[in-house]
Amino acid sequence: MAAATGTYEIKNEHGEVINTSTGLSNKKLLMWSFLGSDVMFFGSFIATYLVYRNRSLVGPYPADILDIPITSVSTFVLLMSSLAMVLALSYIQQGRQKMGTFWIFSVVVLGAIFLLFQVYEFNHFGQVGLTPRTNLFGTTFFILTGLHGAHVTLGVLWLIFLGFGSIKGSLRADNAIDLEIAGLYWHFVDIVWIVIFTVIYLISARDVGPPG
Amino acid sequence: MQTTHPGPSREPISLSFPRIIPRPKSEYGIWSWISTVDHKRIGTLYAVTSFFWFLVGGIEALLMRVQLSQADSTLIDPEMFNQLFTMHGTTMVFLVVMPLSAAFFNWLIPLQIGARDVAFPRLNALSFWIFLFGSLFLNFSWLIGDAPNGGWFGYAPNSHVAFNPTNGMNFWVIGLNILGVASIAAGLNFIVTILNMRAPGMSLTKMPVFTWMTFVTSVLIVLALPVLTVALIQLQVDRLYGTHFYNTAAGGDPVLWQHVFWLFGHPEVYILILPAMGIVSEILPVFSRKPLFGYSFLVFAGVAIGFMGWFVWSHHMFTVGLGPAANSAFAISTMAIAIPTGIKIFNWIGTMWGGSIRFSTAMLFAISFIAMFTIGGLSGVMHASVPSDAQQQDTYFVVAHFHYVLFGGAIMAIFGGIYFWWPKTTGYMLSEKLGIINWLIMLIGFNLQFAPQHWLGLDGMPRRIFTYAENMGWENTNMIASAGGFLMAFSVLLFMINVVYSARKRVPAGDDPWDGRTLEWSISSPPPHYNFEKIPNVEHRDDFWFTKHPELIAEYYHDEHSGELTAPSGAQFDDDVAEEEDEHSEEHHGDDEHGHGGIHLPDMSYYPIILAAGLTIVGAGLMTAVPVIVIGTIVLLWGLLGWSFEPVNDPVPDSH
Ligand code: HEM
Ligand SMILES: [Cu+2]
Repeated sequence: MAAATGTYEIKNEHGEVINTSTGLSNKKLLMWSFLGSDVMFFGSFIATYLVYRNRSLVGPYPADILDIPITSVSTFVLLMSSLAMVLALSYIQQGRQKMGTFWIFSVVVLGAIFLLFQVYEFNHFGQVGLTPRTNLFGTTFFILTGLHGAHVTLGVLWLIFLGFGSIKGSLRADNAIDLEIAGLYWHFVDIVWIVIFTVIYLISARDVGPPG
Repeated sequence: MQTTHPGPSREPISLSFPRIIPRPKSEYGIWSWISTVDHKRIGTLYAVTSFFWFLVGGIEALLMRVQLSQADSTLIDPEMFNQLFTMHGTTMVFLVVMPLSAAFFNWLIPLQIGARDVAFPRLNALSFWIFLFGSLFLNFSWLIGDAPNGGWFGYAPNSHVAFNPTNGMNFWVIGLNILGVASIAAGLNFIVTILNMRAPGMSLTKMPVFTWMTFVTSVLIVLALPVLTVALIQLQVDRLYGTHFYNTAAGGDPVLWQHVFWLFGHPEVYILILPAMGIVSEILPVFSRKPLFGYSFLVFAGVAIGFMGWFVWSHHMFTVGLGPAANSAFAISTMAIAIPTGIKIFNWIGTMWGGSIRFSTAMLFAISFIAMFTIGGLSGVMHASVPSDAQQQDTYFVVAHFHYVLFGGAIMAIFGGIYFWWPKTTGYMLSEKLGIINWLIMLIGFNLQFAPQHWLGLDGMPRRIFTYAENMGWENTNMIASAGGFLMAFSVLLFMINVVYSARKRVPAGDDPWDGRTLEWSISSPPPHYNFEKIPNVEHRDDFWFTKHPELIAEYYHDEHSGELTAPSGAQFDDDVAEEEDEHSEEHHGDDEHGHGGIHLPDMSYYPIILAAGLTIVGAGLMTAVPVIVIGTIVLLWGLLGWSFEPVNDPVPDSH
């Protein structure tokens, strides 16, 4: 990070004193701004999904294929991972390395379980005849949930990286900010899933073909 | 860096990643540019690259003008013409105006806010390299004779495989997606820099207007580019993997593309113009020798434009048939956005009013910006009216409109900015004599080329056609327009001659050749590597000017305060903190900033260029073969991991 100017003194991730104008660290501001950007990204895909609701010309339609109970389980798993994330950050901030490491890897495992559910779901849909090339529902469903899955994957890799950092001692209380911004990202991806789950699974689960 | 402010003590960490190429240290030579993280050098790289694309885009335009100068011309076939106007538009928007603005952001923002670099120097370098590779990728399509041909707006399903099976539009979707990453990364960087790196005392209401407009632009970039990314991904998976977003046979909807594209597209036009508005807002007060008239209004209008720009996109779709309710709503919002635009124009005129004006080249460009932009704004308001737009849409009238705002507006302002800041960035002056001729010819050529297009458009000449019949009566007007085009090209040539000529003469500029107002004029020209020896303490808007003319503080600043619109209490609070802080910083600046050995700047890094190369190879792989994707991913991971493990500064054997 460049020599910072600014009015407020804060400590950076190397424990050095730097000055910023807002009192927030640069990294945190960066992550918040990026999440704003990502809102527009997912927002546009979700809008596309809604525009194309009930407009597939051939089946399978959502009512034929979506399995709400199974996806509720994976949604629950992802929600729990956010809880684990909160605990991980809190322990790392308190300097309790072992507990911190444990909870970071718990997030990783829960995230991976969510991804396995998604792999299973994609496979299953493929077997019963829904692919991205089948109809508008397939196109919008797979691209939206697939890109969300890509975000989760990225988060899992990032947390693995941080988890090893925590074991080796390069992630500690004084640079817990690195975990904190990964946490911001993780919670965000989690919230996006709640929206997707609501829009795709809860709202349109009974959708069949185009009206009339 | 590690040694100066020891925090809680901690042993060095053993994690590392093998260095394949040693970290460059020398400040000279090609490697120092490839691995630079200095915002000034990155600014120069942006400027040179985008000027090169300016010439390429200009040649594309001239070819079209030659073709259109006569009726029934057969010089260029329709397919070639499609490629030319697509690449001209795409180049001018994404490879010229945006990155030229980025060159100004890079050079000026840290200098104007009193910082030593941007918040994330390596990310900044990454943005540039991605931009460079993305632009090369896009233009590589010319070499294989298959350039994009679906317009800069890429209307689907015209751009869909069914109607457009060649590779051209693949270059377009992937190339623009790569460029989008660069823009978003740069936008994020400048948001953080402006929010967080301001010198003590520089509250938001004391920032220079150019800094403000950069901030608004960055926010727009960060929010609007993802929308384009979505449109491009949708088209890309359709084209490459056979999905159905825009496949009309499977129910895909052409109007959706227009909505998504223009939801990005209209904020994008403000991304193109707001930096230009910032530039003229810096030039005008300097050469009128008085402070900007109505700073708060000007800033507020800029923010308002950035906000309202999100609610007008369907004015690009008035003839689509969205129905009277939607059309009326968007007509009203479009007319409303002319209000903040008008406010700005009055402020600029008010700034000149009663000033003692010096007509330097920069000033002349700034004044022509106001005039030309106003004409473009007026034609804009004309097609905000739905019935008259029904006559104008897809005609040359629209072409005239957007060239008045984009060339007469953005490019004129950018040239003004180049003449204005050239002495600061290089240390020597550009010839004013050549400059004024450059300006005059550009202004005449521009109006010759684009004013007649208003008539052509109202007479019904459609845009995007490769030729027209003899009996339409459009030949003379088109001939005049083409002549104007060549005159503009000549003026650009004059500019290049001026650059070479002035570089030879090297008339030294001194630190402050124009009696400047903002902090960049308080340091040497060109600025030292570390910008500010001591971080300045800001008390007033235009702080540097008032330091030079303390007798004027009472005259100007007092009024400003009583008439202040933006909450003075906030600013007051910042001031207090700044004062306390001042004592602190005196202390520890005192310890560790003897000479510039104590100024911490990040070391050079070659990982940004590697990461950017990896990303571009992956993009190329999407169009060609899986192994290419694999190679790209490996390069990308190399860049990413190397970057993550690389300390910002290598530990130095230290004397402290
Ligand atoms: C007073 C402000 C403005 C108003 C009311 C306005 C209005 C409009 C309208 C209604 C159109 C659609 C015309 C049609 O296709 O029939 C349009 C097109 C366009 N405007 Fe503006 N505009 C304004 C300022 C600007 C600015 C500042 C820029 C860029 C710097 C700009 C760039 C463009 C471009 C590029 C197009 C054409 C897009 C295309 O079809 O390829 N406009 N404008
Ligand atoms: Cu528009």
